Amino acid sequence: MRKSLLALAAGLLLAGSVSAASAADKLKVGFIYLGPVGDLGWTYQHEQGRLALVKELGDKIETTTLENVPEGPDAERAIEQLVRAGNKLIFTTSFGYMDPTLKVAKKYPNVHFEHATGYKRDKNMSTYSAKWYQGRYIQGLIAAKMSKSGVLGYIGSFPIPEVVSGINATIVAAQTINPNIKVKIIWANTWFDPGKEADAAKALIDQGADVIMQHTDSPAAMQIASERGKLAFGQDSEMIKFGPKTQLTSILDTWGPYYIERVKAELAGTWKSEDTWGGLDSHMFAMAPYTNMPDDVKKMAEDAQAAITAGKLHPFKCPIVGQDGKEVECKGGANLADGQILGMNFYVKGIDDKLPGK
Amino acid sequence: MELVEAIILAVLAASTPLLIAATGELVTERSGVLNLGVEGMMIVGAACGFAGAWLTGSIFIGALFGIVAGTLMSLIFALMALGLAVNQVATGLALTILGIGLSGLIGAGFVGERITPAVHLAIPGLTGIPLIGRVLFGEDAFVYFSIALIIGVWWFLYRTRAGLILRACGDNHVSAHALGYPVLRIRTFAVMFGGACAGLAGAYLPLAYTPFFIPGMTAGRGWIALALVVFSSWRPGRLVVGAYLFGAVTILQLHAQGWGVGIPSQFMSALPYLATVIVLVLLSRARTGGSTAPAALGTVFVPDR
Repeated sequence: MRKSLLALAAGLLLAGSVSAASAADKLKVGFIYLGPVGDLGWTYQHEQGRLALVKELGDKIETTTLENVPEGPDAERAIEQLVRAGNKLIFTTSFGYMDPTLKVAKKYPNVHFEHATGYKRDKNMSTYSAKWYQGRYIQGLIAAKMSKSGVLGYIGSFPIPEVVSGINATIVAAQTINPNIKVKIIWANTWFDPGKEADAAKALIDQGADVIMQHTDSPAAMQIASERGKLAFGQDSEMIKFGPKTQLTSILDTWGPYYIERVKAELAGTWKSEDTWGGLDSHMFAMAPYTNMPDDVKKMAEDAQAAITAGKLHPFKCPIVGQDGKEVECKGGANLADGQILGMNFYVKGIDDKLPGK
Repeated sequence: MELVEAIILAVLAASTPLLIAATGELVTERSGVLNLGVEGMMIVGAACGFAGAWLTGSIFIGALFGIVAGTLMSLIFALMALGLAVNQVATGLALTILGIGLSGLIGAGFVGERITPAVHLAIPGLTGIPLIGRVLFGEDAFVYFSIALIIGVWWFLYRTRAGLILRACGDNHVSAHALGYPVLRIRTFAVMFGGACAGLAGAYLPLAYTPFFIPGMTAGRGWIALALVVFSSWRPGRLVVGAYLFGAVTILQLHAQGWGVGIPSQFMSALPYLATVIVLVLLSRARTGGSTAPAALGTVFVPDR
């Protein structure tokens, strides 16, 4: 009896989240989310992308979302659930869904899958991610201009290449403004722990940093900077609400255009497996308005953004010098190759710290 | 000098939620009940605390909301684990899962909202004293309350008859029952006290620590509080040492990273756990030479009537 009750409850739960659809001629598109849509960060931005998609193609498609899906075996069940509900294109929006997505993709060759920020692909499984380091470069320029103490504070999550390339892009840019710029880096070793992020921001400010940047997900650091009268950059989403006089800009994940493009391809029958790594030019992310800075700094930031978008400026333009003082081999012609950036595991010269694990 | 003061202030803020939640759990466990639902009660306390403060504009009412929410959560536990004699470990874990989901639902409408955090005490002439002024006379009410709370619990457990009876229930519920004490009623009160404390500790996060609500913002602090109770060998004095030690090492490792000490950050992040466990284990070996767990901890009691 208890078992059947449990099964009934589970069935109700699934039925509740996967709202069954009736319109047969509409394309069904599914989304798997890591967090709640109200996380104000990563998942929230994916949800904004989905809403943009619905606004654009709402009459031709029907979307379903599953929130709070843990990375791991549970994800596999959730993805399969979407397949069985008739979804023909499924976006799995976190790195940890990589293997589960691949597994389900092999099982259902007629369904198309899109996995965010991973590197495993298949005939019916694409990957997509963004060149956030371009935005970090612009932030580095602004930070160097705005810092009075010449010390920047950086809260990292985990020392993985995406985060390390962000730190390097920031410093390379800052050095073009102030060659003696210093950066203090604190690793929170978590993506999300508002209390710890706040503590890290306090520590950085107490040690003399006056511009705070973060690669963690909550607005806690922004709020501490605001409390202490310092400046800060947001992360993933617009955080100006938490620091109206504090936020300089924020890298905004804008998945909408990509989702629209891929769904259009699916509708037209031209979808094929691809590896997309888009930058400012392809609108995979955007910069929040440049605020709380003088006009000349704002102009500099806008010019840099335009130059990067037009392909005239590359954050990792050779020569890039590592901490050991040696030039990094330039595999991409005038710039570092994409592969070198995707696998970046060294600090550039000018960072007085050791990369954890090196 | 200023940096030392700043570090102490950050340590106080980081330790306070752990101390409050662990104090409540200590009383619960001393009565013989193991409630693993601290994390769940905390996060519901956080959501309701923020909701209360946002709706009324009062931090005090927010804190009351948190306390009530935590208590209600603990009553669910009491009903299952004490009333129906269900396995306490399973019930506690279920309570955490329920709490995480419930808090997301309650807090959904409040995500992205801001409140003015709890005010800090300011006594002219005293708060301005260098180094100790802001630490002793410039904190928010939660910090002072947490210290009063643990002193009160110590006094209750070791200096009152009621405290002795509560400990008796935790050590041997059959004897306590035979002597005519209402074991289940006493345990229910202990569980409710634990829930109230967990709710308050949760409410501290959005009301004073980081004044906004985001689902999952307790980020495992309930589990740390649980561990602190065990490693303090269920002693209030050692619990204070453990909570502040954990907070201190957490903050100091962040500062050490900022100074560029060069020790891998992954190791630094593990340090608070390591340091706290080692110090508390050494403390209990030195004093009593072994574990002092309440003998009936986690066991089910069904009175024979």
